[in-house]
Amino acid sequence: MLNGLVIAIASGKGGTGKTTIAANLAQVACGLGQEVQYLDCDVEEPNGHIFLKPKINRSQQVTVDIPQVDLEKCIGCGKCGEICQYSAIVCIKEHVLTFEQLCHSCGGCLRVCPAGAIKTKPLSIGQIEFGKAGNIDFVSGKLRIGNVRTPSVIREVKKCIKEGCLTIIDVPPGTSCPVVEAVKGTDFVLLVTEPTPFGLNDLKLAVELVREMGLPFSVVVNRDGIGNNDVEKYCEAESIDIVMKLPDDRRIAEIYSTGQIIVDVLSGYRKRFSELYEYIKSVKAGIDDKRRLRIWRKNNS
Amino acid sequence: MKIAVTSTGETLDSQVDQRFGRAAFFVIAETDTMDFAVIENENLAAGGGVGVSSAKLVIDAGAEAVLTGNCGPNAQRTLSAAGIKLFTGLTGTVAQAIELFKEGKLTETTEPNVRPHSGVKK
Repeated sequence: MLNGLVIAIASGKGGTGKTTIAANLAQVACGLGQEVQYLDCDVEEPNGHIFLKPKINRSQQVTVDIPQVDLEKCIGCGKCGEICQYSAIVCIKEHVLTFEQLCHSCGGCLRVCPAGAIKTKPLSIGQIEFGKAGNIDFVSGKLRIGNVRTPSVIREVKKCIKEGCLTIIDVPPGTSCPVVEAVKGTDFVLLVTEPTPFGLNDLKLAVELVREMGLPFSVVVNRDGIGNNDVEKYCEAESIDIVMKLPDDRRIAEIYSTGQIIVDVLSGYRKRFSELYEYIKSVKAGIDDKRRLRIWRKNNS
Repeated sequence: MKIAVTSTGETLDSQVDQRFGRAAFFVIAETDTMDFAVIENENLAAGGGVGVSSAKLVIDAGAEAVLTGNCGPNAQRTLSAAGIKLFTGLTGTVAQAIELFKEGKLTETTEPNVRPHSGVKK
């Protein structure tokens, strides 16, 4: 069994099947006796709960700090506005205006205020729910509708990563800030794609991202059979492993559309996910070997 | 008095820029003499907070009124705090807009007339 590995299931293009892969992998690994934790970091539209159907037993608010100015103490020097990179606090004559939605909670304005007139107050930006889906530990983040601090909610969800188990992170689609926050610091990334021109275009962007971040990764091809074989050719040319293929099976779509786990209904697909789990175990072994080698080298240099 | 007009170009014959926060230029004109200066909007690169920073720009330029096409909520709030009169819905050239202002034909507005991020190119 795996004792401590965090993998992120990401993609470039949306709708390629991240949640399908994440949920089914979680289910299969758990069924094989692996301790599994599922983190839904697609906090703008979490959907893991639809398939894993967890029993939620706890929730906690996610807040960020925003500035609160004591106008009695304020001397109108404008230093707070000068340091703010986001125009979230600005000094206009004797008024100090703060813009909650622009603030990135850097704390700069507090630091530079010579009069000590700025304190922080919490702004609620979302919540995290905790529960159990069978034996799977389930954690899901949800951004408050209308708020923009997606990465902040994701950061809080990732603080709940449990040691000593297999943590599977469902990442938002794309390659922007929320994705960076979700994949940062993970041990391995699975990039899910479909074998179409759009799939390939966005896969290339995702590959560029994980390479830039120095994260080891492999590719999963979903809906194999549609489109063309350009994704295959690209991966071969780039020496990228394609570790699993799911065919374009209409039954998968039908099962998905009723909110069910594929492997629970079509047991024939269990083997594929078991093999994916075996692959992930070998990834962990490789990481451990590299770590042991680094330590050995350090002690023997 | 000094007024600011959002502009697509650097002359009084340029068209009024329909966006306040993401206007290409700000023409700061002295209505008595029609002397004017042109400030290039360096806030355009920013992803957000442009309404606030552009409002700060015209405030620091000493403008007492702003003439533009559309103005969003953050910019309107900032201009209002500075006591600057806001006039939206202007079209035509910068010179024409200033003329309407001098003739007293414009109505001040105390609310934004577009939603946040309306000026971002689609």
